[in-house]
Amino acid sequence: MAAVTTPTRSPRRASETPDTPAWARWANDHRKWLFAAPAMIFVAALIVFPLAWTGYLSLTDAEGSVRAESEFVGFQNYVEVLSDTDRFWPAVGRTAAFTVVALLFEVVLGMAIALLLWRPFRGQKWVRVAILMPLVATPVAVGMMWRLIFDPNIGLANQVLGWVGIGPQPWLAGQHSALPTTIFIDVWQWTPMVVLILLAGLTSLSDEPQEAARIDGASTWQRFRHVTLPLVMPTVIVAILLRGIDALKTFDILYATKGRGGGSFHEVETLNVYAYGLSFDYNEYGISSTVLIIFFLIIIGSMWALTSRRKEAQR
Amino acid sequence: MKSRPAYRAFRVVALTVVVIALLAPLIWMVAASFKTNVDIYDTGKALVFSPTLDNYANVLEQANYVQFIGNSLWVAFAATVLSIVLGVPAAYSMSRFNMRKSALVVLMARVIPGVSLLVPWYYVFSNLKMVGGFSVLILSHMFVSLPLVVYIMMGYFDSLPIELEEAALVDGLTHIGAFRRITLPLSIPGVATAGILSFIFSWNNFMFALVLSGADTKTLPVAIFDFVGYASIDWGGLMAAASVVTLPIMLIALFVQKYVVSGLTAGATKG
Repeated sequence: MAAVTTPTRSPRRASETPDTPAWARWANDHRKWLFAAPAMIFVAALIVFPLAWTGYLSLTDAEGSVRAESEFVGFQNYVEVLSDTDRFWPAVGRTAAFTVVALLFEVVLGMAIALLLWRPFRGQKWVRVAILMPLVATPVAVGMMWRLIFDPNIGLANQVLGWVGIGPQPWLAGQHSALPTTIFIDVWQWTPMVVLILLAGLTSLSDEPQEAARIDGASTWQRFRHVTLPLVMPTVIVAILLRGIDALKTFDILYATKGRGGGSFHEVETLNVYAYGLSFDYNEYGISSTVLIIFFLIIIGSMWALTSRRKEAQR
Repeated sequence: MKSRPAYRAFRVVALTVVVIALLAPLIWMVAASFKTNVDIYDTGKALVFSPTLDNYANVLEQANYVQFIGNSLWVAFAATVLSIVLGVPAAYSMSRFNMRKSALVVLMARVIPGVSLLVPWYYVFSNLKMVGGFSVLILSHMFVSLPLVVYIMMGYFDSLPIELEEAALVDGLTHIGAFRRITLPLSIPGVATAGILSFIFSWNNFMFALVLSGADTKTLPVAIFDFVGYASIDWGGLMAAASVVTLPIMLIALFVQKYVVSGLTAGATKG
Protein backbone atom coordinates (compact mmCIF):
# COMPACT_ATOMS: atom_id res chain seq x y z
CA MET A 1 0.00 0.00 0.00
CA ALA A 2 2.71 2.45 1.00
CA ALA A 3 4.57 1.96 -2.24
CA VAL A 4 1.43 2.64 -4.24
CA THR A 5 0.50 5.86 -2.49
CA THR A 6 3.99 7.39 -2.55
CA PRO A 7 5.75 5.75 -5.44
CA THR A 8 8.56 8.29 -5.94
CA ARG A 9 10.20 8.52 -2.56
CA SER A 10 11.00 6.27 0.33
CA PRO A 11 9.91 7.17 3.85
CA ARG A 12 13.54 7.69 4.89
CA ARG A 13 14.08 10.45 2.36
CA ALA A 14 10.84 12.22 3.17
CA SER A 15 12.21 13.85 6.28
CA GLU A 16 15.58 14.59 4.77
CA THR A 17 14.12 16.74 2.03
CA PRO A 18 13.19 20.08 3.52
CA ASP A 19 10.60 20.70 0.79
CA THR A 20 7.80 18.80 2.50
CA PRO A 21 4.65 20.68 1.43
CA ALA A 22 3.61 23.35 3.89
CA TRP A 23 0.12 21.88 4.34
CA ALA A 24 1.61 18.53 5.27
CA ARG A 25 3.79 20.13 7.92
CA TRP A 26 0.81 22.12 9.18
CA ALA A 27 -1.29 18.96 9.30
CA ASN A 28 1.45 17.15 11.15
CA ASP A 29 1.77 19.90 13.75
CA HIS A 30 -1.96 20.15 14.30
CA ARG A 31 -2.75 16.44 14.07
CA LYS A 32 -4.17 16.30 17.56
CA TRP A 33 -7.16 18.46 16.70
CA LEU A 34 -7.21 17.53 13.02
CA PHE A 35 -7.89 13.93 14.07
CA ALA A 36 -10.26 14.67 16.88
CA ALA A 37 -12.21 17.61 15.49
CA PRO A 38 -14.52 15.86 12.98
CA ALA A 39 -15.84 13.46 15.61
CA MET A 40 -16.05 16.23 18.20
CA ILE A 41 -17.97 18.51 15.84
CA PHE A 42 -20.33 15.66 14.98
CA VAL A 43 -20.96 14.99 18.65
CA ALA A 44 -21.42 18.67 19.43
CA ALA A 45 -23.88 19.13 16.58
CA LEU A 46 -25.89 16.00 17.28
CA ILE A 47 -25.75 15.82 21.05
CA VAL A 48 -24.68 18.96 22.88
CA PHE A 49 -26.81 21.34 20.85
CA PRO A 50 -29.99 19.18 20.85
CA LEU A 51 -29.59 18.53 24.56
CA ALA A 52 -29.36 22.26 25.22
CA TRP A 53 -32.49 22.70 23.12
CA THR A 54 -34.31 20.07 25.13
CA GLY A 55 -33.28 21.96 28.24
CA TYR A 56 -34.75 25.13 26.74
CA LEU A 57 -37.96 23.36 25.63
CA SER A 58 -38.46 22.13 29.18
CA LEU A 59 -38.93 25.78 30.18
CA THR A 60 -41.58 26.44 27.53
CA ASP A 61 -45.15 25.35 26.89
CA ALA A 62 -44.30 23.86 23.47
CA GLU A 63 -46.92 21.42 22.23
CA GLY A 64 -48.80 20.33 19.15
CA SER A 65 -46.44 20.88 16.23
CA VAL A 66 -42.70 21.29 16.40
CA ARG A 67 -43.18 24.48 14.39
CA ALA A 68 -45.83 26.00 16.65
CA GLU A 69 -45.08 29.14 18.66
CA SER A 70 -44.27 28.49 22.29
CA GLU A 71 -43.96 30.68 25.34
CA PHE A 72 -41.38 30.74 28.06
CA VAL A 73 -42.98 29.52 31.27
CA GLY A 74 -40.01 29.19 33.60
CA PHE A 75 -40.08 26.23 35.92
CA GLN A 76 -43.82 25.71 35.67
CA ASN A 77 -43.36 22.39 33.81
CA TYR A 78 -41.08 21.12 36.54
CA VAL A 79 -43.65 21.97 39.20
CA GLU A 80 -46.32 20.26 37.13
CA VAL A 81 -44.28 17.13 36.43
CA LEU A 82 -42.93 16.72 39.95
CA SER A 83 -46.43 17.00 41.44
CA ASP A 84 -47.90 14.51 38.92
CA THR A 85 -48.70 11.39 40.94
CA ASP A 86 -50.80 9.96 38.12
CA ARG A 87 -48.22 9.24 35.43
CA PHE A 88 -44.82 10.66 36.38
CA TRP A 89 -44.13 9.17 39.80
CA PRO A 90 -45.50 5.72 38.93
CA ALA A 91 -43.19 5.81 35.89
CA VAL A 92 -40.25 6.68 38.17
CA GLY A 93 -41.22 3.76 40.40
CA ARG A 94 -41.45 1.34 37.49
CA THR A 95 -38.11 2.53 36.09
CA ALA A 96 -36.46 2.00 39.48
CA ALA A 97 -38.14 -1.39 40.04
CA PHE A 98 -37.32 -2.59 36.53
CA THR A 99 -33.69 -1.53 36.78
CA VAL A 100 -32.99 -2.71 40.33
CA VAL A 101 -34.71 -6.11 40.04
CA ALA A 102 -33.32 -6.83 36.56
CA LEU A 103 -29.80 -5.82 37.64
CA LEU A 104 -30.00 -7.94 40.78
CA PHE A 105 -30.91 -11.08 38.84
CA GLU A 106 -28.45 -10.31 36.07
CA VAL A 107 -25.51 -9.78 38.40
CA VAL A 108 -26.21 -12.81 40.64
CA LEU A 109 -26.95 -15.17 37.73
CA GLY A 110 -24.16 -13.62 35.68
CA MET A 111 -21.64 -14.18 38.46
CA ALA A 112 -22.78 -17.79 38.95
CA ILE A 113 -22.49 -18.57 35.22
CA ALA A 114 -19.17 -16.74 34.91
CA LEU A 115 -17.73 -18.79 37.80
CA LEU A 116 -18.88 -22.02 36.12
CA LEU A 117 -17.18 -20.94 32.90
CA TRP A 118 -14.03 -19.60 34.54
CA ARG A 119 -11.83 -22.71 34.38
CA PRO A 120 -11.39 -24.29 30.95
CA PHE A 121 -13.25 -27.54 30.18
CA ARG A 122 -14.34 -29.47 27.12
CA GLY A 123 -17.28 -27.89 25.32
CA GLN A 124 -16.70 -24.48 26.91
CA LYS A 125 -16.54 -22.90 23.46
CA TRP A 126 -20.09 -24.02 22.68
CA VAL A 127 -21.50 -22.69 25.92
CA ARG A 128 -19.90 -19.33 25.10
CA VAL A 129 -21.52 -19.34 21.66
CA ALA A 130 -24.93 -20.06 23.21
CA ILE A 131 -24.41 -17.20 25.66
CA LEU A 132 -23.73 -14.78 22.83
CA MET A 133 -26.98 -15.49 20.97
CA PRO A 134 -29.58 -13.62 23.10
CA LEU A 135 -27.15 -10.74 23.36
CA VAL A 136 -26.94 -10.03 19.64
CA ALA A 137 -30.59 -10.81 18.85
CA THR A 138 -32.61 -7.75 17.78
CA PRO A 139 -34.54 -6.53 20.86
CA VAL A 140 -37.76 -5.84 18.93
CA ALA A 141 -37.69 -9.38 17.51
CA VAL A 142 -36.95 -10.69 21.00
CA GLY A 143 -40.02 -8.84 22.28
CA MET A 144 -42.20 -10.39 19.56
CA MET A 145 -40.76 -13.84 20.25
CA TRP A 146 -41.66 -13.61 23.95
CA ARG A 147 -45.10 -12.28 23.05
CA LEU A 148 -45.78 -15.59 21.34
CA ILE A 149 -44.20 -17.66 24.12
CA PHE A 150 -46.13 -15.75 26.83
CA ASP A 151 -49.43 -15.74 24.93
CA PRO A 152 -51.98 -16.87 27.54
CA ASN A 153 -53.77 -19.25 25.15
CA ILE A 154 -51.23 -20.69 22.74
CA GLY A 155 -47.92 -19.80 24.40
CA LEU A 156 -45.21 -22.26 25.33
CA ALA A 157 -44.86 -20.79 28.84
CA ASN A 158 -48.34 -21.82 30.00
CA GLN A 159 -47.91 -25.21 28.32
CA VAL A 160 -44.74 -25.86 30.30
CA LEU A 161 -46.49 -24.73 33.50
CA GLY A 162 -49.29 -27.18 32.67
CA TRP A 163 -46.85 -30.09 32.60
CA VAL A 164 -45.88 -29.41 36.21
CA GLY A 165 -49.49 -28.81 37.26
CA ILE A 166 -49.52 -25.02 37.57
CA GLY A 167 -52.49 -23.16 36.09
CA PRO A 168 -52.16 -20.69 33.19
CA GLN A 169 -50.76 -17.24 33.98
CA PRO A 170 -51.66 -13.98 32.18
CA TRP A 171 -47.95 -12.96 31.80
CA LEU A 172 -47.71 -9.85 29.62
CA ALA A 173 -51.48 -9.49 29.50
CA GLY A 174 -51.92 -9.17 33.27
CA GLN A 175 -52.03 -5.79 34.94
CA HIS A 176 -49.66 -6.86 37.70
CA SER A 177 -47.67 -9.56 35.91
CA ALA A 178 -46.66 -7.47 32.87
CA LEU A 179 -43.76 -5.61 34.50
CA PRO A 180 -42.24 -8.74 36.11
CA THR A 181 -42.55 -10.51 32.74
CA THR A 182 -40.68 -7.73 30.93
CA ILE A 183 -38.04 -7.89 33.66
CA PHE A 184 -37.74 -11.60 32.93
CA ILE A 185 -37.21 -10.84 29.23
CA ASP A 186 -34.54 -8.28 30.08
CA VAL A 187 -32.79 -10.81 32.34
CA TRP A 188 -32.93 -13.42 29.57
CA GLN A 189 -31.40 -11.09 27.01
CA TRP A 190 -28.80 -9.25 29.10
CA THR A 191 -27.50 -11.70 31.74
CA PRO A 192 -25.09 -12.93 29.01
CA MET A 193 -23.62 -9.41 28.83
CA VAL A 194 -22.84 -9.52 32.55
CA VAL A 195 -21.38 -13.03 32.14
CA LEU A 196 -19.00 -11.85 29.42
CA ILE A 197 -17.82 -8.81 31.39
CA LEU A 198 -17.33 -10.78 34.63
CA LEU A 199 -15.59 -13.59 32.75
CA ALA A 200 -13.15 -11.04 31.31
CA GLY A 201 -12.56 -9.79 34.85
CA LEU A 202 -12.09 -13.27 36.33
CA THR A 203 -9.74 -14.34 33.53
CA SER A 204 -7.49 -11.35 34.20
CA LEU A 205 -6.98 -12.37 37.85
CA SER A 206 -3.77 -14.12 38.77
CA ASP A 207 -3.93 -17.61 40.28
CA GLU A 208 -1.63 -16.90 43.22
CA PRO A 209 -4.08 -15.48 45.80
CA GLN A 210 -6.39 -18.45 45.07
CA GLU A 211 -3.58 -20.94 45.58
CA ALA A 212 -2.43 -19.24 48.78
CA ALA A 213 -5.96 -19.36 50.22
CA ARG A 214 -6.29 -23.00 49.22
CA ILE A 215 -3.04 -23.90 50.96
CA ASP A 216 -4.28 -22.01 54.03
CA GLY A 217 -7.27 -24.36 54.03
CA ALA A 218 -9.98 -21.94 52.91
CA SER A 219 -13.19 -23.59 51.69
CA THR A 220 -14.60 -22.94 48.21
CA TRP A 221 -17.10 -20.42 49.56
CA GLN A 222 -14.47 -18.68 51.69
CA ARG A 223 -12.16 -18.45 48.68
CA PHE A 224 -14.95 -16.87 46.63
CA ARG A 225 -16.16 -14.53 49.37
CA HIS A 226 -12.80 -13.33 50.66
CA VAL A 227 -10.43 -13.72 47.72
CA THR A 228 -12.15 -13.79 44.34
CA LEU A 229 -15.03 -11.39 45.00
CA PRO A 230 -12.97 -8.50 46.39
CA LEU A 231 -10.48 -8.86 43.52
CA VAL A 232 -13.16 -8.90 40.83
CA MET A 233 -15.28 -6.20 42.51
CA PRO A 234 -14.13 -3.33 40.24
CA THR A 235 -15.29 -5.36 37.23
CA VAL A 236 -18.61 -6.13 38.93
CA ILE A 237 -19.18 -2.41 39.35
CA VAL A 238 -18.31 -1.76 35.69
CA ALA A 239 -20.87 -4.42 34.74
CA ILE A 240 -23.51 -2.83 36.96
CA LEU A 241 -22.67 0.59 35.54
CA LEU A 242 -22.85 -0.44 31.87
CA ARG A 243 -25.92 -2.63 32.31
CA GLY A 244 -27.63 -0.20 34.67
CA ILE A 245 -27.45 2.70 32.22
CA ASP A 246 -29.01 0.55 29.51
CA ALA A 247 -31.62 -0.94 31.86
CA LEU A 248 -32.75 2.54 32.93
CA LYS A 249 -33.18 3.45 29.27
CA THR A 250 -34.91 0.19 28.20
CA PHE A 251 -37.37 0.96 25.45
CA ASP A 252 -37.41 -1.61 22.66
CA ILE A 253 -38.77 -4.67 24.48
CA LEU A 254 -41.28 -2.59 26.45
CA TYR A 255 -42.62 -0.88 23.34
CA ALA A 256 -42.58 -4.11 21.32
CA THR A 257 -44.48 -6.12 23.94
CA LYS A 258 -46.94 -3.55 25.29
CA GLY A 259 -47.03 -0.78 22.69
CA ARG A 260 -47.93 2.87 23.31
CA GLY A 261 -48.06 4.17 26.86
CA GLY A 262 -46.77 0.87 28.24
CA GLY A 263 -50.14 -0.89 27.85
CA SER A 264 -53.71 0.18 28.54
CA PHE A 265 -53.06 0.57 32.28
CA HIS A 266 -49.51 1.91 31.72
CA GLU A 267 -48.30 -1.35 33.30
CA VAL A 268 -44.79 -1.10 31.89
CA GLU A 269 -44.58 2.66 31.34
CA THR A 270 -41.08 3.58 32.46
CA LEU A 271 -39.66 7.10 32.20
CA ASN A 272 -38.24 6.47 28.75
CA VAL A 273 -41.52 5.04 27.42
CA TYR A 274 -43.44 7.89 29.07
CA ALA A 275 -41.17 10.55 27.57
CA TYR A 276 -41.34 8.91 24.14
CA GLY A 277 -45.14 8.85 24.30
CA LEU A 278 -45.33 12.48 25.40
CA SER A 279 -43.08 13.50 22.50
CA PHE A 280 -44.33 11.43 19.62
CA ASP A 281 -47.78 10.14 20.52
CA TYR A 282 -49.12 13.27 22.28
CA ASN A 283 -46.72 16.00 21.01
CA GLU A 284 -46.37 17.51 24.50
CA TYR A 285 -42.85 18.74 23.84
CA GLY A 286 -42.54 21.05 26.86
CA ILE A 287 -43.62 18.44 29.40
CA SER A 288 -41.70 15.65 27.69
CA SER A 289 -38.50 17.72 27.72
CA THR A 290 -38.99 18.33 31.43
CA VAL A 291 -39.39 14.58 32.06
CA LEU A 292 -36.29 13.91 29.96
CA ILE A 293 -34.13 16.44 31.80
CA ILE A 294 -35.18 14.93 35.15
CA PHE A 295 -34.58 11.43 33.74
CA PHE A 296 -31.15 12.51 32.52
CA LEU A 297 -30.29 13.86 35.97
CA ILE A 298 -31.42 10.57 37.55
CA ILE A 299 -29.10 8.62 35.21
CA ILE A 300 -26.14 10.93 35.86
CA GLY A 301 -26.82 10.76 39.61
CA SER A 302 -26.89 6.96 39.72
CA MET A 303 -23.74 6.78 37.59
CA TRP A 304 -21.94 9.20 39.87
CA ALA A 305 -22.95 7.22 42.94
CA LEU A 306 -21.70 3.99 41.37
CA THR A 307 -18.42 5.44 40.14
CA SER A 308 -17.56 6.71 43.59
CA ARG A 309 -18.37 3.22 44.94
CA ARG A 310 -15.99 1.82 42.35
CA LYS A 311 -13.18 4.08 43.47
CA GLU A 312 -13.74 2.90 47.04
CA ALA A 313 -13.65 -0.74 45.91
CA GLN A 314 -10.33 -0.17 44.18
CA ARG A 315 -8.70 1.27 47.27
CA MET B 1 -6.19 -26.77 38.86
CA LYS B 2 -8.11 -30.00 39.24
CA SER B 3 -11.78 -29.97 40.11
CA ARG B 4 -13.68 -32.66 41.95
CA PRO B 5 -15.99 -35.05 40.01
CA ALA B 6 -19.04 -33.86 41.95
CA TYR B 7 -18.35 -30.28 40.87
CA ARG B 8 -17.81 -31.36 37.28
CA ALA B 9 -21.16 -33.17 37.24
CA PHE B 10 -22.86 -30.13 38.77
CA ARG B 11 -21.25 -27.88 36.16
CA VAL B 12 -22.52 -30.06 33.30
CA VAL B 13 -26.09 -30.01 34.66
CA ALA B 14 -26.11 -26.30 35.49
CA LEU B 15 -24.64 -25.22 32.18
CA THR B 16 -27.01 -27.48 30.25
CA VAL B 17 -29.92 -25.73 31.96
CA VAL B 18 -28.40 -22.34 31.10
CA VAL B 19 -27.86 -23.23 27.44
CA ILE B 20 -31.40 -24.60 27.09
CA ALA B 21 -32.88 -21.53 28.78
CA LEU B 22 -30.99 -19.24 26.42
CA LEU B 23 -31.52 -21.13 23.18
CA ALA B 24 -34.96 -22.74 23.53
CA PRO B 25 -36.91 -19.49 23.01
CA LEU B 26 -34.91 -18.70 19.87
CA ILE B 27 -35.41 -22.22 18.53
CA TRP B 28 -39.12 -21.89 19.34
CA MET B 29 -39.27 -18.65 17.35
CA VAL B 30 -37.58 -20.18 14.31
CA ALA B 31 -39.74 -23.32 14.56
CA ALA B 32 -42.92 -21.22 14.65
CA SER B 33 -41.77 -19.34 11.56
CA PHE B 34 -42.01 -22.65 9.64
CA LYS B 35 -45.47 -23.52 10.98
CA THR B 36 -48.89 -22.74 9.60
CA ASN B 37 -51.02 -20.65 11.95
CA VAL B 38 -53.20 -23.72 12.51
CA ASP B 39 -50.16 -25.65 13.76
CA ILE B 40 -49.08 -22.76 16.01
CA TYR B 41 -52.49 -22.86 17.70
CA ASP B 42 -52.31 -26.66 18.05
CA THR B 43 -50.27 -27.21 21.21
CA GLY B 44 -49.95 -30.90 20.34
CA LYS B 45 -47.73 -29.97 17.39
CA ALA B 46 -45.07 -28.22 19.44
CA LEU B 47 -42.05 -29.70 17.71
CA VAL B 48 -43.46 -32.29 15.31
CA PHE B 49 -45.11 -30.53 12.38
CA SER B 50 -44.86 -30.39 8.61
CA PRO B 51 -42.75 -27.33 7.83
CA THR B 52 -43.97 -24.68 5.42
CA LEU B 53 -42.21 -21.79 3.74
CA ASP B 54 -45.45 -19.83 3.26
CA ASN B 55 -44.67 -17.41 6.09
CA TYR B 56 -41.35 -16.46 4.54
CA ALA B 57 -42.93 -16.15 1.12
CA ASN B 58 -45.58 -13.84 2.58
CA VAL B 59 -43.12 -11.72 4.48
CA LEU B 60 -40.54 -11.41 1.72
CA GLU B 61 -42.92 -10.85 -1.18
CA GLN B 62 -46.14 -9.28 0.02
CA ALA B 63 -44.86 -7.38 3.03
CA ASN B 64 -41.95 -5.91 1.08
CA TYR B 65 -39.27 -7.25 3.42
CA VAL B 66 -36.69 -7.57 0.66
CA GLN B 67 -36.66 -3.78 0.50
CA PHE B 68 -36.47 -3.44 4.30
CA ILE B 69 -33.53 -5.85 4.44
CA GLY B 70 -31.79 -3.64 1.89
CA ASN B 71 -32.60 -0.52 3.93
CA SER B 72 -31.25 -2.05 7.12
CA LEU B 73 -28.09 -3.23 5.40
CA TRP B 74 -27.44 0.16 3.79
CA VAL B 75 -28.05 2.18 6.96
CA ALA B 76 -25.95 -0.12 9.16
CA PHE B 77 -23.15 -0.29 6.60
CA ALA B 78 -22.99 3.48 6.00
CA ALA B 79 -23.23 4.34 9.70
CA THR B 80 -20.44 1.85 10.46
CA VAL B 81 -18.07 3.10 7.72
CA LEU B 82 -18.61 6.76 8.60
CA SER B 83 -18.18 6.06 12.32
CA ILE B 84 -14.88 4.33 11.63
CA VAL B 85 -13.65 7.15 9.37
CA LEU B 86 -14.48 9.76 12.02
CA GLY B 87 -13.95 7.65 15.13
CA VAL B 88 -10.61 5.92 14.57
CA PRO B 89 -8.48 9.10 14.15
CA ALA B 90 -10.37 10.73 17.02
CA ALA B 91 -9.73 7.74 19.27
CA TYR B 92 -6.05 7.87 18.28
CA SER B 93 -5.73 11.52 19.28
CA MET B 94 -7.66 10.97 22.48
CA SER B 95 -5.46 8.01 23.40
CA ARG B 96 -2.07 9.49 22.46
CA PHE B 97 -2.69 13.02 23.74
CA ASN B 98 -4.62 11.82 26.76
CA MET B 99 -7.69 13.93 25.90
CA ARG B 100 -9.83 12.35 28.60
CA LYS B 101 -12.27 15.25 28.83
CA SER B 102 -12.98 15.21 25.11
CA ALA B 103 -13.39 11.46 25.30
CA LEU B 104 -15.90 11.91 28.10
CA VAL B 105 -17.99 14.21 25.89
CA VAL B 106 -18.14 11.56 23.15
CA LEU B 107 -18.92 8.82 25.65
CA MET B 108 -21.78 10.88 27.10
CA ALA B 109 -23.70 9.65 24.08
CA ARG B 110 -23.90 6.26 25.77
CA VAL B 111 -25.63 7.84 28.75
CA ILE B 112 -28.06 10.33 27.25
CA PRO B 113 -31.58 8.97 26.66
CA GLY B 114 -32.09 8.92 22.89
CA VAL B 115 -35.57 10.42 23.17
CA SER B 116 -34.14 13.68 24.50
CA LEU B 117 -32.30 14.18 21.21
CA LEU B 118 -35.08 13.00 18.94
CA VAL B 119 -37.36 16.04 19.35
CA PRO B 120 -34.66 18.58 18.35
CA TRP B 121 -33.45 16.28 15.58
CA TYR B 122 -36.97 15.85 14.31
CA TYR B 123 -37.49 19.61 14.29
CA VAL B 124 -34.25 20.42 12.49
CA PHE B 125 -34.40 17.58 10.01
CA SER B 126 -38.04 18.08 9.13
CA ASN B 127 -37.29 21.74 8.37
CA LEU B 128 -34.47 20.53 6.13
CA LYS B 129 -36.93 18.09 4.49
CA MET B 130 -34.64 15.22 5.51
CA VAL B 131 -37.00 13.18 7.70
CA GLY B 132 -37.80 9.94 5.94
CA GLY B 133 -34.54 9.98 4.00
CA PHE B 134 -31.54 7.71 4.45
CA SER B 135 -29.11 10.46 5.42
CA VAL B 136 -30.91 11.34 8.64
CA LEU B 137 -31.22 7.65 9.58
CA ILE B 138 -27.52 7.12 9.01
CA LEU B 139 -26.67 10.21 11.07
CA SER B 140 -28.89 9.07 13.93
CA HIS B 141 -27.39 5.58 13.93
CA MET B 142 -23.93 7.14 14.04
CA PHE B 143 -24.98 8.61 17.36
CA VAL B 144 -24.86 5.02 18.65
CA SER B 145 -21.96 3.65 16.62
CA LEU B 146 -19.47 6.54 16.75
CA PRO B 147 -19.10 6.51 20.56
CA LEU B 148 -18.80 2.73 20.38
CA VAL B 149 -15.96 2.99 17.84
CA VAL B 150 -14.19 5.70 19.85
CA TYR B 151 -14.55 3.69 23.06
CA ILE B 152 -13.24 0.42 21.59
CA MET B 153 -10.44 2.05 19.59
CA MET B 154 -9.21 4.16 22.52
CA GLY B 155 -8.71 0.98 24.50
CA TYR B 156 -6.96 -0.57 21.53
CA PHE B 157 -4.60 2.36 20.93
CA ASP B 158 -3.84 2.53 24.66
CA SER B 159 -2.60 -1.05 24.45
CA LEU B 160 -0.38 -0.51 21.38
CA PRO B 161 3.21 0.24 22.42
CA ILE B 162 4.16 3.80 21.54
CA GLU B 163 7.75 2.65 20.88
CA LEU B 164 6.72 1.37 17.45
CA GLU B 165 5.70 4.86 16.39
CA GLU B 166 8.81 6.38 17.92
CA ALA B 167 10.93 3.97 15.90
CA ALA B 168 9.08 5.03 12.76
CA LEU B 169 9.76 8.69 13.56
CA VAL B 170 13.45 7.96 13.95
CA ASP B 171 13.32 6.27 10.56
CA GLY B 172 12.08 9.54 9.10
CA LEU B 173 8.31 9.17 8.97
CA THR B 174 6.11 12.11 9.93
CA HIS B 175 3.65 11.65 12.78
CA ILE B 176 0.76 11.26 10.38
CA GLY B 177 2.86 8.90 8.27
CA ALA B 178 3.62 6.79 11.33
CA PHE B 179 -0.07 6.66 12.14
CA ARG B 180 -0.98 5.68 8.59
CA ARG B 181 1.76 3.13 7.94
CA ILE B 182 2.51 1.67 11.35
CA THR B 183 -0.35 2.20 13.80
CA LEU B 184 -3.27 1.78 11.44
CA PRO B 185 -2.18 -1.57 9.94
CA LEU B 186 -1.55 -2.85 13.47
CA SER B 187 -5.02 -1.74 14.51
CA ILE B 188 -6.93 -3.82 11.96
CA PRO B 189 -8.23 -6.28 14.62
CA GLY B 190 -9.45 -3.38 16.72
CA VAL B 191 -11.12 -1.73 13.74
CA ALA B 192 -12.76 -5.06 12.86
CA THR B 193 -14.07 -5.38 16.42
CA ALA B 194 -15.41 -1.83 16.40
CA GLY B 195 -16.92 -2.26 12.93
CA ILE B 196 -18.72 -5.52 13.76
CA LEU B 197 -20.12 -4.14 17.01
CA SER B 198 -21.26 -0.92 15.40
CA PHE B 199 -22.95 -2.88 12.59
CA ILE B 200 -24.80 -5.09 15.08
CA PHE B 201 -25.99 -2.14 17.18
CA SER B 202 -27.11 -0.21 14.13
CA TRP B 203 -28.90 -3.25 12.66
CA ASN B 204 -30.76 -3.77 15.94
CA ASN B 205 -31.61 -0.10 16.53
CA PHE B 206 -35.32 0.57 16.77
CA MET B 207 -36.20 3.91 18.34
CA PHE B 208 -34.43 6.29 15.95
CA ALA B 209 -35.78 4.57 12.86
CA LEU B 210 -39.26 4.46 14.42
CA VAL B 211 -39.35 8.26 14.41
CA LEU B 212 -37.07 9.22 11.54
CA SER B 213 -37.71 6.63 8.81
CA GLY B 214 -40.33 6.93 6.10
CA ALA B 215 -42.34 4.30 4.27
CA ASP B 216 -39.49 3.70 1.78
CA THR B 217 -36.63 3.85 4.25
CA LYS B 218 -38.09 1.68 7.00
CA THR B 219 -35.54 -0.60 8.64
CA LEU B 220 -36.28 -4.18 9.71
CA PRO B 221 -36.98 -3.59 13.43
CA VAL B 222 -39.59 -0.95 12.54
CA ALA B 223 -41.07 -3.22 9.88
CA ILE B 224 -41.46 -5.98 12.47
CA PHE B 225 -43.11 -3.58 14.88
CA ASP B 226 -45.54 -2.46 12.15
CA PHE B 227 -46.37 -6.10 11.40
CA VAL B 228 -48.53 -6.20 14.52
CA GLY B 229 -51.73 -4.48 13.56
CA TYR B 230 -54.88 -3.98 15.53
CA ALA B 231 -56.45 -7.15 14.16
CA SER B 232 -55.43 -10.61 15.33
CA ILE B 233 -51.72 -11.34 15.00
CA ASP B 234 -50.41 -13.47 12.13
CA TRP B 235 -48.01 -15.34 14.40
CA GLY B 236 -46.36 -17.39 11.68
CA GLY B 237 -45.62 -14.29 9.62
CA LEU B 238 -44.46 -12.35 12.68
CA MET B 239 -42.04 -15.10 13.69
CA ALA B 240 -40.74 -15.33 10.10
CA ALA B 241 -40.17 -11.56 10.17
CA ALA B 242 -38.44 -11.81 13.55
CA SER B 243 -36.25 -14.65 12.25
CA VAL B 244 -35.34 -12.64 9.14
CA VAL B 245 -33.89 -9.86 11.32
CA THR B 246 -32.28 -12.04 14.02
CA LEU B 247 -30.78 -15.01 12.17
CA PRO B 248 -28.27 -13.04 10.02
CA ILE B 249 -26.92 -11.18 13.04
CA MET B 250 -26.64 -14.40 15.05
CA LEU B 251 -24.78 -16.04 12.15
CA ILE B 252 -22.35 -13.11 12.02
CA ALA B 253 -21.82 -13.38 15.78
CA LEU B 254 -21.19 -17.12 15.41
CA PHE B 255 -18.40 -16.63 12.89
CA VAL B 256 -16.68 -13.64 14.45
CA GLN B 257 -17.39 -14.58 18.06
CA LYS B 258 -13.96 -13.48 19.29
CA TYR B 259 -14.38 -9.94 17.97
CA VAL B 260 -17.92 -9.56 19.31
CA VAL B 261 -16.87 -10.64 22.78
CA SER B 262 -13.79 -8.42 22.86
CA GLY B 263 -15.88 -5.47 21.68
CA LEU B 264 -18.63 -6.01 24.23
CA THR B 265 -16.15 -6.32 27.09
CA ALA B 266 -13.81 -3.54 25.88
CA GLY B 267 -12.47 -1.46 28.73
CA ALA B 268 -14.33 -3.46 31.36
CA THR B 269 -11.29 -4.80 33.18
CA LYS B 270 -8.98 -1.81 33.35
CA GLY B 271 -9.04 1.01 35.86
